[in-house]
Amino acid sequence: MRMGFFTDTSICIGCKACEVACKEWNDVPDDGLNFLGTSYDNTGGLGADTWRHVAFIEQPVSVPAIGDSGIRWLMSSDVCKHCTHAACLDVCPTGALFRTEFDTVVVQQDVCNGCGYCVPACPFGVIDKRESDGRVWKCTLCYDRLKSDMEPACAKACPTQSIQFGPLDELRERAAGRLGVLRDAGVADARLYGADESDGVGGFGAFFLLLDEPEVYGLPPDPVVTTRDLPRMWKAAAGAALALVGAVAAACARPR
Amino acid sequence: MSSYYGHPVVKAPVWKPVIALYFFTGGLAGASSTLGCAARLAGNRRLARAALLASAAGVAASGPLLVADLGRPARFLNMLRVAKPSSPMSVGSWILAAFAPASLVAAACDLTRLAPRLGGAATTAAGALGPAVATYTAVLVADTAIPAWHDAHRELPFLFAGSSLASAAGTALAFTATADAGPARRLAVVCAALEVASFRAMKHRLGEVAGPYKDGRAGRLAKAAEACTALGALVVVTAGRRRPEAVVAGGLLCAGSLLTRFSVFRAGFESAADPAATIVPQRRRVTSSGTVSP
Repeated sequence: MRMGFFTDTSICIGCKACEVACKEWNDVPDDGLNFLGTSYDNTGGLGADTWRHVAFIEQPVSVPAIGDSGIRWLMSSDVCKHCTHAACLDVCPTGALFRTEFDTVVVQQDVCNGCGYCVPACPFGVIDKRESDGRVWKCTLCYDRLKSDMEPACAKACPTQSIQFGPLDELRERAAGRLGVLRDAGVADARLYGADESDGVGGFGAFFLLLDEPEVYGLPPDPVVTTRDLPRMWKAAAGAALALVGAVAAACARPR
Repeated sequence: MSSYYGHPVVKAPVWKPVIALYFFTGGLAGASSTLGCAARLAGNRRLARAALLASAAGVAASGPLLVADLGRPARFLNMLRVAKPSSPMSVGSWILAAFAPASLVAAACDLTRLAPRLGGAATTAAGALGPAVATYTAVLVADTAIPAWHDAHRELPFLFAGSSLASAAGTALAFTATADAGPARRLAVVCAALEVASFRAMKHRLGEVAGPYKDGRAGRLAKAAEACTALGALVVVTAGRRRPEAVVAGGLLCAGSLLTRFSVFRAGFESAADPAATIVPQRRRVTSSGTVSP
């Protein structure tokens, strides 16, 4: 059965318990004690040593009722999307990246040779190389915990159920219901991100409810798996190869 | 345009500049094998020898460059653990696994005059695989989420084919006696034109995503590449039959080819670092189709 995450950012309180639980369970190295000056976010984005990343956005809003302006908080815990059509998996030349029985995408660390092809292939910039180690790392959706019928560490630690784990079908139903509730309550900007199977990556295994456009959270508005265009690329390469042969043949038609 | 504190959306590659150097050495090897095979078929043994040796030299340089860039070099053989058509790097690894021994055997047999039938078969095999070796790297970089690479997937293979041929013709020109270098001279002019024209067409069609190829470090590399290639072709046309000039022309063509690879390589990093390159075209798609968010 396909398992996944529904991250409902409308109830995220920015506690970062997910980040900590992920690090603790998966033994992820520290990602630097940095002060980035980007609100409460000091990890910046997902990477080899950051598998859950809480984004903090302080958005100026006007509140006409009290004739004043203020700030609204957007907080969102980002994670690997475990795409239906996963570019990282498609381009991996060693087979280190594979799709599990839960339809999640995981790196086999005993196979990865650190070629780095998956890094620029991911349309979300999720997977990255750990320089101290030479291999690539990302969220495994706690493959080991799933194997033991436990929920992933981040979902377990989330105090507000902003991170929900379960069978993807159920999560999508629940998300549609939640979106309806929010819309009815007048939250016009609420939207689901990655719940649609017709999108460029065939839908996410880990999708989101957002309160603004995806790019506000650092997410691409219309991600497409790069291998969708691979047949066209090989066709162009075949044309170029033919041109190469033609040029050589024409040049060598006279021997001297 | 909105973004998250101006952070990039996609990750820049983790490849070191040795990979750009490999694009050059691999391209030189691939195109030289095809040139060597054709020259041999046409009965031009001296030109064939120069090209076959250039191919072997390119192959010998390429292997270490590729292994050196791996995070776990000792696991380089994992590249042949599976055969995956969806991964241009897997396809390329298998092509190289067949091409590299063929190229080395072809050069060794030609040089030693031993085993002529084996040498002939190896020359044919390497010559047939050469165009794939010279162009698959274009598919490899295009098959990423980096806008300046992915969106250039139509022109990049032609640019890489032209660049590979320019280096092969240039090298053959430099190492072949004037009387036998006619095919290399003709080839040099044609492929210099292909290299310059496809780079220009690429920059033109890419529109707003072409920024890195025009400005900054990658842009300067692109301008230098075009200047070297054009000048090399000019020297071939005007003075290619004189020996020192032919060597200079060959050097210029190789320099142009190398600079082209470094320009494309560098442009990918700059494109990845720019959130607008990823977000703006995607936002426009969403807005015009009206399918996703409001």
